[in-house]
Amino acid sequence: MKILLITVSVLYIGLLLVLPLIFVLIQAFGNGLQDYLANITDEYTVKAVELTLLATVTALLVNTIFGLFAAWAVTKFQFRGKKVVTTMIDLPLSISPVIAGLIFILTFGRSSPLFDYFNQMNLKIAYAVPGVLLVTVFVTFPFISREIIPVLLAQGKDEEEAAALMGAGGFEIFRKITFPHIKWAMLYGVVLCTARAMGEFGAVSVISGNLRGKTNTIPLHVQILYNEFKYAPAFAVSSVLVVMAIIILVVRSIVEYRWKK
Amino acid sequence: MKKYQKETRVIPGFGLSMGVTMTMLCLIVIIPLTSIFWNTMDLSFGEFIETITSKRVLSGYKVSLICAFSASLINAVMGVILAWVLVRYSFPGKRILDGLIELPFALPTAIAGIALTSLTVDGGWIGQIFAKAGIHIAYTKIGITLALVFVGEPFVVRSIQPVLESLDTQYEEAAEIMGAGKIYTFFRVIFPEILPALLTGFGLAFARCLGEYGSVIFIAGNKPYSTEIAPLLIMAQLQEYDYAQATAIAIVMLVISFFILFLMNMIQIRAGKRTR
Amino acid sequence: MYVELENINKHFGDFQAAKDISFGIEKGKLIALLGPSGSGKTTILRMIAGLETPDSGNIKIDGKIVNQISAGRRKIGFVFQNYALFRYMTVFENIAFGLKVEKKSKKEIKERVTELIELVGLKGMENRYPNQLSGGQKQRVAFARALAPNPQLLLLDEPFAAIDAKVRLELRTWLREMIDRVGITSIFVTHDQDEAIEVADEIIVTNKGRIEQIGSPEEIYRNPKTAFVAQFIGQTAVILEKKLETFTFPEDTKGIIIRPEFVSVTKKDEPMRYAASALRGTVENIKFCGNNLELKVRRGSHVFTAYRHLEDAPVKKGEEVNLFIYRVFAYRDGGISLVENDTLRAGDSFII
Repeated sequence: MKILLITVSVLYIGLLLVLPLIFVLIQAFGNGLQDYLANITDEYTVKAVELTLLATVTALLVNTIFGLFAAWAVTKFQFRGKKVVTTMIDLPLSISPVIAGLIFILTFGRSSPLFDYFNQMNLKIAYAVPGVLLVTVFVTFPFISREIIPVLLAQGKDEEEAAALMGAGGFEIFRKITFPHIKWAMLYGVVLCTARAMGEFGAVSVISGNLRGKTNTIPLHVQILYNEFKYAPAFAVSSVLVVMAIIILVVRSIVEYRWKK
Repeated sequence: MKKYQKETRVIPGFGLSMGVTMTMLCLIVIIPLTSIFWNTMDLSFGEFIETITSKRVLSGYKVSLICAFSASLINAVMGVILAWVLVRYSFPGKRILDGLIELPFALPTAIAGIALTSLTVDGGWIGQIFAKAGIHIAYTKIGITLALVFVGEPFVVRSIQPVLESLDTQYEEAAEIMGAGKIYTFFRVIFPEILPALLTGFGLAFARCLGEYGSVIFIAGNKPYSTEIAPLLIMAQLQEYDYAQATAIAIVMLVISFFILFLMNMIQIRAGKRTR
Repeated sequence: MYVELENINKHFGDFQAAKDISFGIEKGKLIALLGPSGSGKTTILRMIAGLETPDSGNIKIDGKIVNQISAGRRKIGFVFQNYALFRYMTVFENIAFGLKVEKKSKKEIKERVTELIELVGLKGMENRYPNQLSGGQKQRVAFARALAPNPQLLLLDEPFAAIDAKVRLELRTWLREMIDRVGITSIFVTHDQDEAIEVADEIIVTNKGRIEQIGSPEEIYRNPKTAFVAQFIGQTAVILEKKLETFTFPEDTKGIIIRPEFVSVTKKDEPMRYAASALRGTVENIKFCGNNLELKVRRGSHVFTAYRHLEDAPVKKGEEVNLFIYRVFAYRDGGISLVENDTLRAGDSFII
């Protein structure tokens, strides 16, 4: 029974998850190393990598700040409507990426009353880089707060109360007492947030308008190459994300291991 | 009227943290979400109904629901097996297997989509084996389901794992001493314990699969009335700049997602009551 | 009065945790707030600390109304029930925290912390983390941490609740000694009457958000002012309706309370001065408590508790015995009085 179940599990994970991974890598190098290097240093690819990095860093910054403040507000104080607030925070998780893109098109696109306003300020959001950044922040919005909140709930708040009683200020309490409790949870959230932000496809696809070299992230660039039947370049660019994914998995395991210790 | 005294807040930072939280929440989540509602108002009720009950849209919902459900079902079964293997057995490479579970979260869905498609087209590594038997995977509902199985794979495993870990083996030993067989013990003793977690994982996977776009569009082939999923229909309307119709389709999907969310909350509340 | 509470009220939703509480505490005293759970004692303590705000009424410390002063500025040391030690700081860092907040110099901090560590007897453990300490040691750290910034008032919330019964006794004496040595005005909350009686200079008994009685441990024990105090303090008391043979009660008596030490149990053949007017009862249960036995004796529908020396002739379960009640507390609406057995007054004629 044991052998059977382990075999089934290993085969399942191997075929479903690992095989596609290996496949991407093999296809990427299908035409040799030279070709591969040319593919991933292509002008548009580099642009796409840059935008992806920008989006990921933005999402990390915004969501880390939000995560820390939200976790502090939700776990250290009692207030009415707390349940509503926590539900709202988790909302982006249950919204289809395409719908996430849609709501930003509706909010900032041509049909929106905000459109003229931003237009006057010469700020284009939908079908432009700010839109890509916004939807990336949206789809990863709860990733960090939802890792921190349970840890702080389990920790309670009497350490903070004790410190406040001794006259310590908010920032001091956070830095010296709260932060050591949540650093691993936060890091874990950062890892998950990174993974999602750099790989987001549906939402970004809706809002970017697929302007090559301008609003294309790596996954969108892959899609364009693939649809143009440029398979080798498509897989070459994909391999960059595959390597990132493997790094993320390894880092995730390490963080989890250190955290549980 | 009851008079509430303003609560004492000993820990500093309530105003600041609440302010930042609510401002960001409003700007990033709440305001954009409300846009959905004032946009549907462009449609009359009749037009709204007409949009969401058109044959193509209905077929899109159907494909989405059927494939997401089948995929989640497969994930539920495999998730239980995987969680069991990871918790109860030790074998070489277990930590790697455990680490790989999250791969679908780490690997961008679009990449998964093109890889799975290339593997399962009739000439692909896997596809050619099945093609001989007359089974086509890519560009059929089987393909869509396969992509969704990939995407939803971690949910059930990760929901059940902690429950299984905290489950005392004494239950099983007790059942075994009383002469119950292994399979019987599993279904009568362990299964009820993990059922709430299983349902939660199933719900999460289902909700995720329903909205999934990136991995599916490549493998689906997107034939109207056959392999078109609902998110793709929203995308199609958007490409024609028909925001109202796109929003109408989206609203139905949102309602379905929230309903699943609501059901899961109910399950968790009930499960919580039972164990308390 | 160093600490004064004037007409304090506090609600949590519909629950009234403090009803018109007023009391004063002298400087340098160790006070126990004693009461069952939900009696409002912890709420009172937290209000003094500034962790809760009263709905109405004033709290004065050293003559100043502190209602508007935030918890961090009241110069109060607080020992939490679960100590609330900072888990990611060493013993040294924990004790030094309050001093660092006050921006004391490194040298000053080092001196003060070392002094405190020696005082509480934790020398050599400066670099341990809270999870490497026993319950008693954690308690000592919490105490030292609270004392470090030289507070004028020390508040302790159930300081012994989280400690094993054995260590608890030892720690009680220790705490009393420490507080005497430091000479700080202290208030501690407890639900354990033994703890309050043994440690405190003065006890404030609370019940249902009200103060039942304030007094020295002896006063509280000997002269309970209310039925609640009479029942709550001392060993399990029995409440009967107001009838008892050979007792004369005031007209308005509502019920009576009997302490085990008010009752003597003798074997039927044992000489006993008031044997003639003793009642008969059956031994229902015998509990061994170290140097004496605790007996449960049933008479009719009532069960009396009494003690008997180990040296006395042994009684058996089910044995019929003589039961003599010397005195009882009789309570009425406004108060409580000690009523003696009529036989005692007439006793002279029985001298053999």
